[in-house]
Amino acid sequence: MKLSELLPSGTAVVTGSLLFTADDIITFARKFDPQPFHTDAEAAKDYVFGALCASGWHTCAGWMKTYVAYIVKETGRLEAEGHEPPKLGPSPGFKKLQWLKPVYAGDTITYSMTLLESRPLVSRPGTWINTSANAGVNQKGETVLRFEGSILEFS
Amino acid sequence: MLYLEDFTPGRVLPLASCTLDAAAIIEFASEFDPQPMHLDEEAGKASILGGLAASGWHTASLFMRMMYDGWLANSSSEGSPGIEFMKWKKPVIAGDTLCGQSTVIEARPLRSRPGIGLVKFLHEVTNQNGDVVMRGENPIMFRARSVENATMAGDPA
Repeated sequence: MKLSELLPSGTAVVTGSLLFTADDIITFARKFDPQPFHTDAEAAKDYVFGALCASGWHTCAGWMKTYVAYIVKETGRLEAEGHEPPKLGPSPGFKKLQWLKPVYAGDTITYSMTLLESRPLVSRPGTWINTSANAGVNQKGETVLRFEGSILEFS
Repeated sequence: MLYLEDFTPGRVLPLASCTLDAAAIIEFASEFDPQPMHLDEEAGKASILGGLAASGWHTASLFMRMMYDGWLANSSSEGSPGIEFMKWKKPVIAGDTLCGQSTVIEARPLRSRPGIGLVKFLHEVTNQNGDVVMRGENPIMFRARSVENATMAGDPA
């Protein structure tokens, strides 16, 4: 089964939700993005974002976490139903990534994926490239993250 | 300290270098991207990545740290609204040593936020063989020096 058969083109599929606690935000930021507005609630008040908020890379990694969980769950379901799940590979990158609103401590982000296109790669016979519009929305319904991702798929 | 005025087009800012071991790759992948090629040496070798390879989001997050340690910590950064594109051009394999640079493409003041400007960069991360493993463009917001100095001068001593 191809990914394009699993995900109806143009329809958003919710991949999962993730709560960003202050501890999660600070732990990630100390490793990868120790700017004061990601590591220190008091210092964050003096910056544009105004309060402790997650590194943009943390909110992206959160999308990936829910995507993998979604694919693992769907793979199990398809196998149980006697179908062959899509053979998905790595990603060559992404574009048009927007951090539209800060993700503050205590926010829960619900992530989604909308398949836009699936096309064969001329340079690699038997390989497809899938393009999807990915997003994260907070508990108030505000979109905080949007990007166009790509995923390789094998026949 | 680097302010908005210091980011002149063409200026090159080196990233800090960093070596990535298998444990770090597996730790990141276990939390955020638990796919076999990021968790297991054999599975990585069997994949098109050719070895235990870092999640692309791990490489992107490490690039962030290399930029922070290289030059961003010493700047008036106010964060970023996004990434225009990022390409994971080659796998980052356990044991790789990465370095790289950010090059200023353009800089402009933000009309919506007085005293803040947006600087667009081309970022490149290279491995120990000289291969570019990641390439991307993104804008970052910075406070202007002129505004900072004006504020400080106006503060009561």
